[in-house]
Amino acid sequence: MQEVITKYQQPNARGYFGQYGGKFVPEILIPAVRALEEEYERASKDPSFNSQLNELLDEYVGRPTKLTFANRLTEHYGKARIYMKREDLCHTGAHKINNAIGQVLLAQRMGKKRIIAETGAGQHGVATATACAKFGLECVVYMGAEDMVRQKLNVDRMHLLGAEVRSVESGSKTLKDATNEAIRDWVTNVEDTFYIIGSVVGPHPYPMMVRNFHRVIGDETKRQIMEAEGKLPDYLIACVGGGSNAMGFFYPFIEDESVNIIGIEAAGFGVDSGKTAATLTKGTPGILHGSMSYLLHDKNGQIELAHSISAGLDYPGIGPEHSHLFDTGRVKYNAVTDDEAMEAVKLLSKKEGIIPALETAHAFAWLENLMSTTTEDQVVIVNCSGRGDKDMGTISENL
Amino acid sequence: MNRITQKFKEKAADEKLMSLFITAGYPDLESTVEIVLGMEENGADMIELGMPFSDPLADGPTIQYSSDIAIKNGITIDKIFEMVVEIRKRSEIPIILMGYMNPVLRYGVQEFCEKASRSGVDGLILPDIPVDEDEIIREHAEANNLPLIHLVAPNSSDIRMKLADSKSSGFVYCVSVTGVTGARDGKEVSDSVDRFIERVRENIIGNPVMVGFGIKSHEDAKRIASNADGFIVGSALINTIKNSYPKPEWKQDLYSLVYSLKFRN
Ligand SMILES: Cc1ncc(COP(=O)(O)O)c(C=O)c1O
Repeated sequence: MQEVITKYQQPNARGYFGQYGGKFVPEILIPAVRALEEEYERASKDPSFNSQLNELLDEYVGRPTKLTFANRLTEHYGKARIYMKREDLCHTGAHKINNAIGQVLLAQRMGKKRIIAETGAGQHGVATATACAKFGLECVVYMGAEDMVRQKLNVDRMHLLGAEVRSVESGSKTLKDATNEAIRDWVTNVEDTFYIIGSVVGPHPYPMMVRNFHRVIGDETKRQIMEAEGKLPDYLIACVGGGSNAMGFFYPFIEDESVNIIGIEAAGFGVDSGKTAATLTKGTPGILHGSMSYLLHDKNGQIELAHSISAGLDYPGIGPEHSHLFDTGRVKYNAVTDDEAMEAVKLLSKKEGIIPALETAHAFAWLENLMSTTTEDQVVIVNCSGRGDKDMGTISENL
Repeated sequence: MNRITQKFKEKAADEKLMSLFITAGYPDLESTVEIVLGMEENGADMIELGMPFSDPLADGPTIQYSSDIAIKNGITIDKIFEMVVEIRKRSEIPIILMGYMNPVLRYGVQEFCEKASRSGVDGLILPDIPVDEDEIIREHAEANNLPLIHLVAPNSSDIRMKLADSKSSGFVYCVSVTGVTGARDGKEVSDSVDRFIERVRENIIGNPVMVGFGIKSHEDAKRIASNADGFIVGSALINTIKNSYPKPEWKQDLYSLVYSLKFRN
């Protein structure tokens, strides 16, 4: 049964969310993660840091983003009222910039002039390249060779923004391998380089810090829904790759017991097809990229290649906090297939005039399962994490 | 006495011990036992047997490559234990297993430590387990008399070095440069290494120290390990195998390098 959480305080001082998280990195990186931990701690208590961050979120990113009532989608299902949290309206087209801006400010405080990042869909790469352009920092983005093809538009954007994009040819040539290469760069250049991780993954303090930079999504949503409906929502839905848009959206609601929280993973061809990215649904705990969390791996502990039509969800791991929320039952996780996500792209485009990112479409696709179980007096909010321009190539091929 | 500790006890004062890393199951499953024994005959004092992992994030291209091949060859932890058992029938050379935590975790930490010890393994190096996280395996390693060997790097503080010393047994592994594994230009390494080893000597007093990363010749070893108890070579061996396997003389090429690393040409 679901554990009732009245006081949610995670992670602990060692960076553990329940049994997940930690700092499983080579000794060379320990000074870097320690320094980051200390600087983040200081910065988060520093009014001048917070006011600088808030000003940028306001004037540059375009926050607060709107909470839009989806009237025609609501009509379509004829049940609960559906709202969309419009992270697609953020500068650069996805939530990722909330975190990239926050980390660039930290890098500046720490005097680091060189920024590295990994990217899957290219949204985090674009957000990081954007923030680096804005602050005049050198930016190197690692991206899997396969992702560079399917997210070509974002590769071009990063180049235009002045970033160097390094193609990663190892393994599955996707996000996992881009992350390996970024970590190797960090190990080699740890003295002058700041690694901006793009999701709630990696060693402590990243999962906590990235969540906190994104919690603005959930904080705004809470205010906006109270204004619009005068009550808390009954359901929250977000897609989960590493889990940053979901964690930022969910976090301020975790202690609100009446809110049903649902994370949607990418099933790929199907959770039992062997070509999936449904980490919580199909995985078991393990250690990858600096933390203990659920993983897709074989019986020998070798990491399996994930598959999703969506580059941003095509990852065999997940943030440690999601693993904890999965085990405790506070958040329910489900998975939708590539085809279901494509159907959702079409539906949202026709009904609401919003072409969502393929990642985001996974969250909307769950409405097909959920809506018939809801009632007209209930409220559902979907986090619209990003817009679909970057995916037009893939979408056209699958129409 | 543990074979590693025994080895350091027997070491002559001016001798440098040579520890050699090879990836288990590379270039094929059949050769690993034989090349370990052959390397011992040609001067190896200790062996680090790499347990391949699909995502070796502290390793450069060379060890990524050998790990991929070994996984394709079907290497597993059980097969590595069988290799150690075979080696033990013919040799008392210290054998250290080196690898990432996930395969060990998946195997079962307790079972892994018990079987490793029973097979004749003498120690463990787990590069993604810093001292801060080693309680994930410490209890079972200690119960099975398996020393944990921690790493220190040029950017490790004095306090971190002392911590690594207190949490290691056998020796402490000094990473000569901040970077991933791989053969480098020896000069690149030597410039800053002296000061680093000096600091290591001030802080690490409970264990011998071995220095590794970037050593590919006797000259590199002499220079880089001048103030250490020994040196570690890995990628240079893998590269040599890569260049000559499967020519008939590939093992001889490997042994020539091994011999020259320890004794010069
Ligand atoms: C629009 C969008 N949504 C979601 C994701 C998935 O990441 P996360 O699970 O960290 O939010 C991405 C990643 O690239 C993305 O671009």
